Amino acid sequence: MLAFADLVFYMFAAMLLGSAMGVIFAKNPMHCVLLLILTFFNAAGLFILLGAEFIGLLLVMVYVGAIAVMFLFVLMTIDIDFAVLKEGFASYLPSGLIVGAVLMAELVIAGQAGLFSGARISTLTAMPAPDGVENIRALGQVLFTHYLFPFQVAALILLVAMIGAIVLTHRRREGVRRQNVMAQIARTREDSLSIVKVKPGQGI
Amino acid sequence: MTPFNMMPFDWFAVAPALPEVFLACAAMGLLIVGVFSRGEVASRSVGGLALVSLVVTYVIMHAAKVADFQQAFPKGAVGFMFVADEFAFYAKGLILAAGVFSILLTPDFMNRNSINKFEYYVLITLATLGMMIMVSANDLLAMYVGMELMSFCLYILAAFWRDNLKSSEAGLKYFVLGSLASGLMLYGMSLLYGMTGDTSFDGIGILLGNGLPNIEHSVAITVALVLMIVAMAFKVSAVPFHMWTPDVYEGAPTPVTVFMATAPKAAAMLLMMRVLYQPLLALEDQWMQMLTVLSLLTMGIGSLLAIVQTNIKRLLAYSSIGNVGFMLVGVVAGTEDGVQGVLVYLAIYLTMTIGLFAVLLSLRRKNVFVETIDDLAGLARTAPGAAFAMMLITFSLAGVPPLVGFFGKFYVFSAAIAAGQTWLAISGVLFSVIAAYYCLRIVKVMYFDEGKFRPELNQPSNAQWIAVLAAAGVLVMSVFIDVLDHTAGRAASSLFRLEHTVARH
Repeated sequence: MLAFADLVFYMFAAMLLGSAMGVIFAKNPMHCVLLLILTFFNAAGLFILLGAEFIGLLLVMVYVGAIAVMFLFVLMTIDIDFAVLKEGFASYLPSGLIVGAVLMAELVIAGQAGLFSGARISTLTAMPAPDGVENIRALGQVLFTHYLFPFQVAALILLVAMIGAIVLTHRRREGVRRQNVMAQIARTREDSLSIVKVKPGQGI
Repeated sequence: MTPFNMMPFDWFAVAPALPEVFLACAAMGLLIVGVFSRGEVASRSVGGLALVSLVVTYVIMHAAKVADFQQAFPKGAVGFMFVADEFAFYAKGLILAAGVFSILLTPDFMNRNSINKFEYYVLITLATLGMMIMVSANDLLAMYVGMELMSFCLYILAAFWRDNLKSSEAGLKYFVLGSLASGLMLYGMSLLYGMTGDTSFDGIGILLGNGLPNIEHSVAITVALVLMIVAMAFKVSAVPFHMWTPDVYEGAPTPVTVFMATAPKAAAMLLMMRVLYQPLLALEDQWMQMLTVLSLLTMGIGSLLAIVQTNIKRLLAYSSIGNVGFMLVGVVAGTEDGVQGVLVYLAIYLTMTIGLFAVLLSLRRKNVFVETIDDLAGLARTAPGAAFAMMLITFSLAGVPPLVGFFGKFYVFSAAIAAGQTWLAISGVLFSVIAAYYCLRIVKVMYFDEGKFRPELNQPSNAQWIAVLAAAGVLVMSVFIDVLDHTAGRAASSLFRLEHTVARH
């Protein structure tokens, strides 16, 4: 009889594989992205099942929250002719299959040589996780103490990327009318309204 | 309660990295100043403040060295990933000086091409910070983030003149190839980490040296070594990983080229020496073979291809490749003298490169900056001072004895001979004779050729007095070469602080 965890594992794994196949085979690119998001959620589920809840949440936040949403934006804002992109699928298929076969063969050979199991793995010992500390807290503790230095430098690298994006793309356009909220609020009745008494029978 | 929950953060642990912390804060401050001031004022004030922050960083670094923070706070949050030894001190001195002079050379060029945006100075400051972190790294992680911080700034700077096709091309090319090199570096690092289980330089050094028996003969370690050397060779632009250099140097705005040819090159060279001589010292037999080949190729291709160049920035790119080749001879020597020679060479190389570019930036021909070597024709008659400065510096580059360029090569080659690499030193001398040819060609064009339009001096700008300073430096440094040599000697000996048990020879 299957344990509950096994059941959940097979459920997530089957959904993951199914939706991943869907990403490749779906005709409509919008469906591809939505299936990709489903794939990420299932992968996150697998991670949480493994006890790596931080990586699971990260997957949802970063890949779903940022990257997949960006894909959606790109799809919606840029006019791409997907028929053109899919052209030549048949001619690339053989080379793709060959690369896939080679990778598969490598994996099989490595598996047969026992790279994934047995003696080699057991010589490597993982860092023991302290009892009762969930891994988000554990990561936080080392990230902001032990690894503070590279962590902060990584933050600076992100800052540089932001500066770069602005420097290389931002243009100040001439003659653009911008909304000036302060000017709008500071407007008084006297500035914009003048009352003119018009006598009957005469114009202004 | 586990002790895990109760780990207080010791702020004093950051003390050894105080100059870096200051520079990071300064860069963010510059950004804010730039955003809140407008137009011309923004770039002028941010440029000035960037200069001040680089100088202040140097002062803080000096104070930190005098106060010996590294000893006072040996292992803290920063301490174990970061080392502020004499070697790092010397390296940061060179990097900060190169940053200062690049900033001083900038405004004129940028104003004339109306690309004087304040972000330029912020990026230079952040790139300098990245390099300082790189040369102070004592851990694979710190080294990698430092290198990326530098590289990202350089990619953006190369494409800074975004309306110029060549500049955009340079930026894109540099970015794509640089990412590839960075990927290779990561593969190498992860293999190294996988085999040793440690990312710190000390730990890897000890584990490779005698901690793990026979590990130095494992294939994975060799692959890791190859990948890391390829990535570092890319950063110093050693042949055959130099392809990006001429294109990027030519395409990037000239002040950016000045910066790229000086500070990052020095930083990458210094990082390479630290990595090879500290964590990877046990693999000396292996990397020495690789670097010997690299050094020969780099000297050869750099010197030979410089001869056929017509664009002066491409010529200087090949010249810098050739110089890297000569420096690699010192690295291959594998001794303290070799490292010392490279350190002296670097200081001299920076002086000459800044001087050459300063002369170029102070000249114009038909109201544009000179681009080709033939543009220099007749310079001796329109601007004899500039021609004379250029002549001094190119003679020094060629290694003519009384000038300082000679001493760089002399130290490097004599270290190689002392280490028993006689034939490498001999081929180095041969290649430097070839290199002398293109140096003399510049002098010949300036003094004996006649062009349709003669180049003229710009209105007085920073470039002129920097050119004078560099020319004077080329003359005077050879008198004070002992002082430089002594400083470099102390820096070199601090690199060999690890007591490795690996017997050499």
